[in-house]
Amino acid sequence: MEINLELAKALYIGATILFILTLGGLSNQESARKGNMYGMFGMSIAIIATLLGPHVTNNFFLIFTLMAFGGLIGIYLAKKVQMTQMPELVAILHSLVGIAAVLVGYVNFLDTSIEYQGVEKVIHEIEIYVGIFIGAITFSGSVVAFGKLSGRMSGNPLMLPARHWLNLILISVICIYGYIFVITENVPDALTPLIIMTVLSLIFGVHLIMAIGGADMPVAVSMLNSYSGWAASVTGFMLGNDLLIVVGALVGSSGAILSYIMCRAMNRSFISVIAGGFGTDSSSGNMTSSEDQGEVSPIEADDVCELLMSSKKVMIIPGYGMAVAQAQHTVNEIVKVLQSKKINVSFAIHPVAGRMPGHMNVLLAEAKVPYDIVFEMDEINEDFPGVDTSIIIGANDIVNPSALEDPNSPIAGMPVLECWKGKTSIVLKRSMATGYAGVQNPLFFKDNTRMLFGDAKASMDAVLSAIQSS
Amino acid sequence: MIIGIPKEILPNENRVAITPGVATKLLKLGYDIQIEKSAGEAANFTDDQYEQLGVKIISNPNQLWETSDIIVKINISTNDENKKIKDDQTLISLFSPSQNKEQLNSLARDNINVIAMDAVPRISRAQKLDTLSSMANIAGSRAVIEASHCFSRFFGGQITAAGKIPPAKVLVIGAGVAGLSAIGTASSLGAIVRAFDTRKDVKDQVESLNAEFLTVDIDEDGSGTGGYAKTMSKEYIKAEYELFEKQCKEIDIIITTALVPGKPAPKLITKKMIELMRPGSVIVDLAAEQGGNCELTEKNKKIEVNGISIIGYTDLPSRLPTQASQLYATNMLHLFDDMTPQKNGKLVFNMDDQVVRAMTIIREGKIIWPPPETKKENNVANKNMVNKEALSKKELIKPKKSNTMIGFLLSMLALIGLGSVAPASFMAHFTVFVLACFVGYMVVWNVTSALHTPLMSVTNAVSSIIIIGALIQISSDNLILTIMASLAIFITSINIFGGFAVTKRMLDMFKK
Repeated sequence: MEINLELAKALYIGATILFILTLGGLSNQESARKGNMYGMFGMSIAIIATLLGPHVTNNFFLIFTLMAFGGLIGIYLAKKVQMTQMPELVAILHSLVGIAAVLVGYVNFLDTSIEYQGVEKVIHEIEIYVGIFIGAITFSGSVVAFGKLSGRMSGNPLMLPARHWLNLILISVICIYGYIFVITENVPDALTPLIIMTVLSLIFGVHLIMAIGGADMPVAVSMLNSYSGWAASVTGFMLGNDLLIVVGALVGSSGAILSYIMCRAMNRSFISVIAGGFGTDSSSGNMTSSEDQGEVSPIEADDVCELLMSSKKVMIIPGYGMAVAQAQHTVNEIVKVLQSKKINVSFAIHPVAGRMPGHMNVLLAEAKVPYDIVFEMDEINEDFPGVDTSIIIGANDIVNPSALEDPNSPIAGMPVLECWKGKTSIVLKRSMATGYAGVQNPLFFKDNTRMLFGDAKASMDAVLSAIQSS
Repeated sequence: MIIGIPKEILPNENRVAITPGVATKLLKLGYDIQIEKSAGEAANFTDDQYEQLGVKIISNPNQLWETSDIIVKINISTNDENKKIKDDQTLISLFSPSQNKEQLNSLARDNINVIAMDAVPRISRAQKLDTLSSMANIAGSRAVIEASHCFSRFFGGQITAAGKIPPAKVLVIGAGVAGLSAIGTASSLGAIVRAFDTRKDVKDQVESLNAEFLTVDIDEDGSGTGGYAKTMSKEYIKAEYELFEKQCKEIDIIITTALVPGKPAPKLITKKMIELMRPGSVIVDLAAEQGGNCELTEKNKKIEVNGISIIGYTDLPSRLPTQASQLYATNMLHLFDDMTPQKNGKLVFNMDDQVVRAMTIIREGKIIWPPPETKKENNVANKNMVNKEALSKKELIKPKKSNTMIGFLLSMLALIGLGSVAPASFMAHFTVFVLACFVGYMVVWNVTSALHTPLMSVTNAVSSIIIIGALIQISSDNLILTIMASLAIFITSINIFGGFAVTKRMLDMFKK
């Protein structure tokens, strides 16, 4: 069976609507599962319509084999991945979209079967050039992000001297080669600037993400998410395919919004995150705030247990430390015991907790924490005065009062979870080292803060066994 | 060094300075400890408990004083005890140096050191040493219990088959540590609690304990230095009296805790007010030690006037000896912890430490009390300044807002520029693109933040729609192109299946 181009386009419209419904479905947990089904359905329609369409004339067996193999690998990865490794998986999947965009761009360029004239030709070539450019950045950037998130590379930002200039020079050179590429007439000659540009773009992507530090990763990951969408969109322009344009634009704006939400949650501009280097321009502020703050009061697991047992309302604030220590299951066990003793337990999630937007929610969901006791910052920040005990697990900057109180602090103006307004805060921490932002946290020195030192998992296990036996 | 704990010799004193629990930790700090026989008995700590930890029990008090390097007590030492203190010994106890000049002078000899547990500066770092607060907490709570003992009715209201029982009404004057503790205890017994304090900033604390904060119509704040109250103006005191007179007609129990540092306690409850109260009412005067807030209070006694009990006990903490000893001993432990930096059982007097400096009233036989004021006052003042500054700047630190107008104008210009050169086919695609961006924008803002990770993985799968491009290209005649397109199909397939599968896996985990 074969269908004509018009019917294929009509089916594409159906697929487009299904994709929009997919994103719309994520507005709450119940409709999300249905949304995901819409997505799969839409993707199947789009692929089948293309296969049956006029462009695909042979190699059907090859296509099925490739898709079957790729699909198996994909499903294997999806089943195997640990929830704490989600940021890495997402990053590496982004890189695949990037490399695919590069490949499709090259093929389109080398394919001489379609001829364009005049302005259309110029636009088409610009589309190819931009498509490959974005694809290459997405690819190399995502690979670096994967390396950083999986711990294969250091999470510290790489601070090359004059790195802003380096970026600027790379961009300028890429633009110049773009001009050369467009004015060059025949294909073999134009290939040279295209390849040079690809290499430069790869370097650019690497450098871009290298300069971003661990705690800014949520922004980097959502930015790459956005790029992968734009890459698809530009490819759509290149091929004159509206389905790609629409879907790419949906994904692109989705990633952009996520980046914006993350940046707002840190009260930092997008540019400053991308340019990298946290707090380097306000080192003087660091000095003043790390002066004599007084002493911290340590606490033992047994006393934590007592505190929890005598509380009416407990708030748990998880951070990246909980993911690293894989403490979420123990935390859930503690929650269950507390709930069975009629103690009200909630979770408060800061938007940038973890290494990816929504990271903490996924981890808690994995541990089977019911999602109706998990709240985001804006919903719950007002409630802290009524909280008896807050447990802060492996989080630092997101509960730092100096963000609100000290205008010189590098994180000034960042919205934070105001746990110090509750009766007692228990902070789980490996040592007294500063958080990612390198800022001392006055919370630790407050009279109503108790420090429980040690690995989060080990500490939580100790607390759990204490409350189980009490 | 050897810490010696003598038995308290004051009549009715049941407390002991160091409990077995704290003794364990002091031993860990490297000290040797000896205790007078049966010193802890009245507080329910037996000699056996101490002995098991490795504390030496000494039956002869003289021997204990003789052989200890550091004497740890609760009450200020008597003249007899003072005579036993000799070369290089260190005495730690409550002292009230301003009221006990004689004792102070008698110990200024022979390289003796004296640390006064009631000379703790009022800064947050020193709160863990503040025995006055610990004891005030107990006194406040016990005051309510003493009152309930004399009071002939329930505290809490009830409705029973035998009729309605109205709740008792309690007035607490002075909402310091003791006052707040009394408020908490009284309200947890079910009484209606009202509180009065000249310092306005305690209003929130009072209300947080479910008590009503009474005020007078005169605007004057009574906050003095170091968290204490100051003496108020004549007009204010007159208004205060009027308020109390009014309250006395309906209040069942009055607990007074008002103190002004360095002065006799202010007289707040007059004879006239007491006459207004109903028989059976109770007054507990926690300021009895400093002369009492009530005109008729007799120190250390319970008297009855017109059927109204007036309690002037000064040994309230000692009436809860186990609890009081635990708190006192813990304060003591914190002091030793601070003054034993090497954890080698050697007491170090670091005179640069503001807290140690303030608490040490005699150092190597010389009186160094009172401590120089300057540093302390400055710190408090600075802290307030900084707080205020921070508060005013807090208003300024707000998330930044971008200038939308300029952005809008710029994008309009860009669109006009584009429209003037681009061909029709491009503009058609571009229209679709811009509309899709807006649809995406609207839809994605509705995504709940809990699902941001699934959003990323699903958009990842969806963006692999790029497979369409590769599919279109695979039928090329050129082998190289076919290979490249095949590679792209392979890669995007990983992504499509992987992305949807992992999204499904995550979404399945979200359970109510």
